[in-house]
Amino acid sequence: MNKLSAQFLDIGYSDTLAGGNSFLHRLDPRAKLIATLAFIVTVVSFDKYAVSGLIPFCVFPITLIALGGLPAGYLLKKVLLVSPFAILVAVFNPLIDRQVLVRFGSLAISGGWVSFISIFLRFVLTVTAALVLIALTGFNQVCLAMAKFGMPRPFVVQLLFFFRYLFVLSEEAQRMLRARQLRSFDRRAMQWGTFVSLAGHLLVRTLDRAERIYLAMCSRGFDGRIRILRRMKIGLPETVFVLGWVLVFVFMRFYNVPSHLGALITGRLS
Amino acid sequence: MHMADALISPAVGATMWAATAGLIAYSAHKVQEVLNDRIVPLMGVLGAFIFAAQMINFSIPATGSSGHLGGGMILSILLGPYAAFLVMASVLTVQALFFADGGLLALGCNIFNLGFFPCFIAYPLIFRRITGTAPAPSRLGVAAILAAIVSLQLGAFGVVLETVFSGISELPFRTFVLLMQPIHLAIGIVEGLVTAAVVAFVWRARPEIVNAAGAFQPMVKVNIKKVLFGLLLVAVITGGALSWFASSHPDGLEWAMLKTSGKEELESATRVHAALSSIQAQTAFLPDYAFKQDAMRPGMAETVPVEDQPADKPAWPAVAPGTSVSGLVGGAVTLALALFIGIALKRPKVEV
Repeated sequence: MNKLSAQFLDIGYSDTLAGGNSFLHRLDPRAKLIATLAFIVTVVSFDKYAVSGLIPFCVFPITLIALGGLPAGYLLKKVLLVSPFAILVAVFNPLIDRQVLVRFGSLAISGGWVSFISIFLRFVLTVTAALVLIALTGFNQVCLAMAKFGMPRPFVVQLLFFFRYLFVLSEEAQRMLRARQLRSFDRRAMQWGTFVSLAGHLLVRTLDRAERIYLAMCSRGFDGRIRILRRMKIGLPETVFVLGWVLVFVFMRFYNVPSHLGALITGRLS
Repeated sequence: MHMADALISPAVGATMWAATAGLIAYSAHKVQEVLNDRIVPLMGVLGAFIFAAQMINFSIPATGSSGHLGGGMILSILLGPYAAFLVMASVLTVQALFFADGGLLALGCNIFNLGFFPCFIAYPLIFRRITGTAPAPSRLGVAAILAAIVSLQLGAFGVVLETVFSGISELPFRTFVLLMQPIHLAIGIVEGLVTAAVVAFVWRARPEIVNAAGAFQPMVKVNIKKVLFGLLLVAVITGGALSWFASSHPDGLEWAMLKTSGKEELESATRVHAALSSIQAQTAFLPDYAFKQDAMRPGMAETVPVEDQPADKPAWPAVAPGTSVSGLVGGAVTLALALFIGIALKRPKVEV
């Protein structure tokens, strides 16, 4: 199985996680969306040499993972495996910014390494927050929350369609690939002509499928709207959740917890 | 070439979000106005097709590497620019949420880089100009390749600008441009070839599909001036609002500096202005790369009283060893505390 198909299994798994039934799962998706966005904006607003100020922020994903009963190891692995782009760009920082910023005795650490660590921390925090959001809420709920926030309707409706047919079409592509593999023996690399034919056929089938779906939906009364039974409600728990986290974020943004804690401890020791 | 949250500043993220949200609203409005309901399921399913088609890799002759179908251009050809932009936006949203490609704050940047340029620049200004209303296959190929190259070059340049304006990465503008543009030239050629080949295949196999998609009919006019003007307006308003925010509440950060270091931090109030004025004076900023110096300022975390700073390095916040050791200890303790909270809150595995 190639890398991408493993990723598709992953989408299915994230959606399975969203089917959980913890207090956090039941929370209105809008509350979770706002809290996550507030978290990301706060984390990103830190200065580029910020390291210790960022550390307390891990309390947000950790708490949600624990309360929501999410598999922490799986999420962490996923975070570390994906998206090398940030690391790739960040790795130039130590090469370019060689000015010494921090000294531990004889060990000198350049500003570049500090900002590299900072970028890595930001990356882990923001990515984990997004993954936790989707694992606690589910894609459909996030879409509906966006619709409630005024995302245009055609966009949300096609997003829901898109997500639904992602699985169908990727299975179809898998089947085509498997069929080719079975018939091509040792020739592993795909030739250009074969590729065009496969992709073209997939596209033709997709378009036919879209037409059938549309006709089927029309005969069931589709009028461009998707209606849901589940009511969304911002109640006391949602308000407390959002306000509580925002307060925590603001506190951690302006009050450097680790440096005060560290000063307290080292002060006692010395 | 996805931007990541870790590399952008809130101002850049917010500006690009505003621009992208405006484009989504405008495109959705156009889709509703001009096209019918039929296209909405088609859009969703085609987005899924882009995803599925990306699973099929082919080997690029003589290079040993492999390529796959890109997105923006083929969607524009099949759906027209407005619907294609919405589909690209949703493809990138799913990638951001599930694959952690990019991030939520960087989503605005990514949609803009990978959606706006192919759909609203390369498709109307290059692809349609070359193909006209009755294209020969060779014209189709040339048009697709050129359009893909241009849209990827612009997208890559967008990544560079957004990264440099954010000032988190140290990569100088020139180096970054020299890294990004050639790579994306190659990617653009491959994407153009693939797009042209797949469209030509479908056209041969089922001409009515491509014709029904309206690819070669006189198109619904893309009012590029209107779009660009709207974008400019959004950028100015957001930039203005942010700079107003920064200048009328400069004490948010200062207050914290005062609390943590006992000394007011003077550089940071001017930093946002420096960033914004360099955005405004973009052209002047490009040849002479002086922005990085403006962006440097002491970290919140490692901020120390200014008197600890060696006199010979005024621009650099040197950190006294004592402070950094206590910062390190404090960081470790905080991390441990957070993990402890997590373990304490952990729900039992078996759910009833």
